Amino acid sequence: MDTTTSSKDTTPDPGAMRTVGKPPRFAEDVVLQVKRLSKRFDDALAVDTVNLEVKRGEIFALLGGSGSGKSTLLRMLAGFETPSEGRILLGGEDITQTPPHKRSINMMFQSYALFPHMNVAQNIAFGLKQDKLSKADIDERVTQMLKLVHMERFAKRKPHQLSGGQRQRVALARSLAKRPRLLLLDEPMGALDKKLRTEMQLEVVEIIEQVGVTCIMVTHDQEEAMTMADRVAIMADGWIEQVGSPVDIYESPASRMVAEFVGTVNLFEGEIVADAADHCTIETPALSRPIYIDHGITTQAVDRRVWAALRPEKIWLSREKPEGAYNWEAGKVDDIAYLGGYSLYYVRTASGQIIKASMANVERRGDRPTWEDSVYVYWEDHSAIVLNR
Amino acid sequence: MKSFEFAARLKRLKLGRRAVIALPLLWLTLFFLLPFALVLKISLAESVVAIPPFGPLIEYSDQVLHVFLNLGNYLFLMSDSLYAAAYWGSIKTAFISTVACLLLGYPMAYAMARAPLRWQLVLVLLVMLPSWTSFLIRVYAWMGILSNSGLINNLLLGLGVIESPLRMMNTRFAVVLGIVYAYLPFMVLPLYAHLTRLDNALLEAAADLGSRRFNTFIKVTLPLSMGGIIAGSMLVFIPAVGEFVIPELLGGPDTLMIGKVLWEEFFLNRDWPIASALAMVMLLLLLVPIVWFHRYQSRELEK
Repeated sequence: MDTTTSSKDTTPDPGAMRTVGKPPRFAEDVVLQVKRLSKRFDDALAVDTVNLEVKRGEIFALLGGSGSGKSTLLRMLAGFETPSEGRILLGGEDITQTPPHKRSINMMFQSYALFPHMNVAQNIAFGLKQDKLSKADIDERVTQMLKLVHMERFAKRKPHQLSGGQRQRVALARSLAKRPRLLLLDEPMGALDKKLRTEMQLEVVEIIEQVGVTCIMVTHDQEEAMTMADRVAIMADGWIEQVGSPVDIYESPASRMVAEFVGTVNLFEGEIVADAADHCTIETPALSRPIYIDHGITTQAVDRRVWAALRPEKIWLSREKPEGAYNWEAGKVDDIAYLGGYSLYYVRTASGQIIKASMANVERRGDRPTWEDSVYVYWEDHSAIVLNR
Repeated sequence: MKSFEFAARLKRLKLGRRAVIALPLLWLTLFFLLPFALVLKISLAESVVAIPPFGPLIEYSDQVLHVFLNLGNYLFLMSDSLYAAAYWGSIKTAFISTVACLLLGYPMAYAMARAPLRWQLVLVLLVMLPSWTSFLIRVYAWMGILSNSGLINNLLLGLGVIESPLRMMNTRFAVVLGIVYAYLPFMVLPLYAHLTRLDNALLEAAADLGSRRFNTFIKVTLPLSMGGIIAGSMLVFIPAVGEFVIPELLGGPDTLMIGKVLWEEFFLNRDWPIASALAMVMLLLLLVPIVWFHRYQSRELEK
């Protein structure tokens, strides 16, 4: 696990806020298991034999574009869609056929779905009332929840009198009030503007960790997934392409699809011409020199056709000609996207290939290459990733 | 230069806006306010045998301006229990009809709103379709169905369920049936409009929080469709109070309603002032629910 999220790796406090289930046998036991789950709409397969395990106390993100099946998967977990095939197990118990109102799973909806005719406190109390708790217990829990999301002062407000961020807090409090074993977040930041989004991402994670609830979120925003989640599953065409920590997903993508979906990437189609234990070389028609990688690739000898992936921030840009026989290329600056913190350069090589390279804007007004400048791009021996699908 | 252009455009816009508002205002003045003033005027006049059959309100003679405000018509309404009974009969019939429309219309509207999208237009059309044929003919058809030698009685007699015909015509039952039949679309359509707007995510959220279907209906669907319930009830109740044709055709001596009394005062007694006073009092009575409805609506709009 990477360093930024390692704090979550410490043994989660078992049952700090939990009332359901037996005490966990292992500190890191599996809360949710999804086994060969599929969903067919008419003839289209929205979710295609998905297998998934989510550990206790973990924040798990389903990341994918529209139509990737991530929302359908989430809705099956909540019980709003019936799976065509496969099973869902919550804490070892099969809940595939359990109706939504009997599942110990609560969801925060993308639109928040706050009841417009109830005030904040009534919204939070709604789920508790279904459990036939006593009035005193409900009041106590509502107060506790309001405090958790810092909304004590707004208990008597109606949803339409709240701002977007406040509504989200209420929605979160409502979905946490019943102390579910699993919390589902559907595009949690979808209804917020960019500035508020970054703020709320951290706040929501803080609240979720404070409560210690296991959480699955669905998002199309890779930044959101990487900021909030411990583990990310990349979904496409109803499949899970890759599951891993944000660092794994970004630095070691399993396929071109993942590499292209998460962040920006330069892809060079080529052929492995040399493969040894300590290095390998890939020749590609797009570049005039081969790509050299400082480790071998364990691949089948037949399958020599591969793609080398290079992230823009791992490509250096210079006016001076690099030395060596590989891992560099000459070109002209075709376009520059100034993005504040860094600039993304589009460098056109002699062969017409565009190579994207980013350059941190360290100096306020440094002497940076500009349009039509002749430049060289180069990268380290360990920068390129080899993908075979 | 630019700002000048902008100001000119703004001015044009304001002019356009005024024109847009002026048109309905003119319409309301011509066809609502003016007739209302006339009826008010007649209701305060004295009944005379002349053409028109009411006296003037203002007279100028011998350098004196006489203003006659005859409250006698209103006092007369109070003295004769016939009118109170007619008002009460109207309100009772309209109320029963409204409740029946609501009980019948709500499940219909709910089913329509929940139906697959491609069916919804067909269902809306089916609700409206009957009102495309003549209202009168449809009420006459009910006479054929309900009368002693009508469809229902013949069928029941033929089957041997009953021995003598059931009396359905000229009863309050027939009047309520007729009103419910005629005004059901006015209940269904606003309810349908409200129910289709109901966000399905709210129902899912309720289920997600542990609520069963019936509880969700009572706690979420019903309160959120209150606007439609009120709008539909008003659209049925208000015209039903003044309804004349249905009680005239389907009703009997025990179904006294104000619309009929009004008609009789106008056309049989030719007592226009009394008839106008009757209309004014009915308007006042209806003003209460209308104002309440209006306040509810403007409160809804604030949200």
